[in-house]
Amino acid sequence: MTYKDIQVTTDGGVVHIKLTREESLNALRNLTLKEISDALRLTEQSDTEKCVVISGSESVFAAGADIQEMQKLSPVSSLQNIRADYWKTIRQFPKPLLASVNGYALGAGCELMMHCDIVLVGDNARIGQPEINLGIIPGAGGTQRLVRAVGKSLAMKMILSGEHISAEKAVESGLAIELCPKEVTLKRTLQIAYNITKKSSLALKLAKEAVLNAFESPLEQGLEHERRAFSILTASTDREEGINAFIEKRSPNYI
Amino acid sequence: MSELDNTILLDISDGLAVLTLNRPDRLNSFTAEMHKELKAALKKITPEQGVRCLVITGAGRGFCAGQDLNERAETKGSTLDLSASLEKNYNPIIRKITQLEVPVLCAVNGVAAGAGSSIALACDIVFAARSASFIQAFCKIGLIPDAGGTWLLTHKLGRARALGLSLLGDKLPAEKAEQWGLIWKCVDDDKLLKEVLAVGKHLATQPTKGLSLIKRAIGASFTNSLSEQLDLERDLQGVAGETSDFQEGVAAFLDKRNPTFTGN
Repeated sequence: MTYKDIQVTTDGGVVHIKLTREESLNALRNLTLKEISDALRLTEQSDTEKCVVISGSESVFAAGADIQEMQKLSPVSSLQNIRADYWKTIRQFPKPLLASVNGYALGAGCELMMHCDIVLVGDNARIGQPEINLGIIPGAGGTQRLVRAVGKSLAMKMILSGEHISAEKAVESGLAIELCPKEVTLKRTLQIAYNITKKSSLALKLAKEAVLNAFESPLEQGLEHERRAFSILTASTDREEGINAFIEKRSPNYI
Repeated sequence: MSELDNTILLDISDGLAVLTLNRPDRLNSFTAEMHKELKAALKKITPEQGVRCLVITGAGRGFCAGQDLNERAETKGSTLDLSASLEKNYNPIIRKITQLEVPVLCAVNGVAAGAGSSIALACDIVFAARSASFIQAFCKIGLIPDAGGTWLLTHKLGRARALGLSLLGDKLPAEKAEQWGLIWKCVDDDKLLKEVLAVGKHLATQPTKGLSLIKRAIGASFTNSLSEQLDLERDLQGVAGETSDFQEGVAAFLDKRNPTFTGN
């Protein structure tokens, strides 16, 4: 598959999706989102590709949506907007999704980042939801994911004032998990991704599902969900291999 | 020669940029216009645009007298929002200078007062003319050292000297500034620019990426623990080890020849 706005490389079970429209600060136009969701669909079907890293360049992740495209929207066209389908593919992607974020992650860029399961930021990262400056609000989950990630006060400040936060603040507030020198962010993210590829695909899938389910259900239901997933895995050959490998003091080979 | 008019001169040749604060009749004190021009000039200081070292100096007999108080006097009677002025103008300059990915030299040719002193001290290697001096005059008008003044002085000099200078507002002559470790070197007036330009030309031929990583590591050391700093050194050394200048450096050493660095 050939892409225009992204570059996709696969190495050792890790799919790296790099946004390559740096001249437009990787603004997430419809085509970019379509290509990301296409790449994720292909990865979902693959047996050998186990996890995905999304990155921009060393200096920018993605600075928002395409303002020209947004200008053309009416209430009806917005409701029917194809972008919603692309976002759905991204949020329902069942394999681990990691973000390596350097420079601006603004608006839709911040929302893409928050769709990812694990986020690492470079020391030059600037993160924000500045939609309010244009008289609009975040439209791809920003108001919902940000508050879940960082709590009400900071989410409100970012969304109501449009002010950016620094990489340090992002880590401190739980939006990202690790702060790296900007040259190292991608390498470090890939490293974590490679570690993940060594795990059982089935366990990864059920683990991701269980964690994401925590946002959807009350604790009792969440615990019940976890118990069922846990119990299903007792029947998996990967679980047998994992426990045997542990006892035999060797690395497991999952199918 | 210069790409910008008026209050800031910028001359770039062979990878060395020389930025001159140019309001000599007002001891190069800052106006809104000068901030704008300085901001525009600093944007051009990147390795990508071929700049590998920056020298900052002042035109005429002073380096920089900080804020032009005439501009402040225009609003006499009403209160001023000094926070906004720092947030908009001075703080971004200090952040920018300390974050530039090239070494920044300062040739303090005369008095460096207030924010002017902070700008000089934010540079990586500071040279000063023997007749030059550093003054924190804020205490005499009811203000505090700004543009990083309270941080830069305290980190470079320690608490006792930082407080003495800031509370008394005494002039610190260049020679004493050198003895105290506030600056790198005090130089005879007539030799200052020549010496700084020579160092600048040398640095413009050195492994720029590596130098910028050194700058980052030392900059971060003020807030890092030893353990965090060890992690940072591990990461930055990894980056440095991937530069072509490192390969060239090693190759030249083995070949017993002078290295030719590209900055990458």
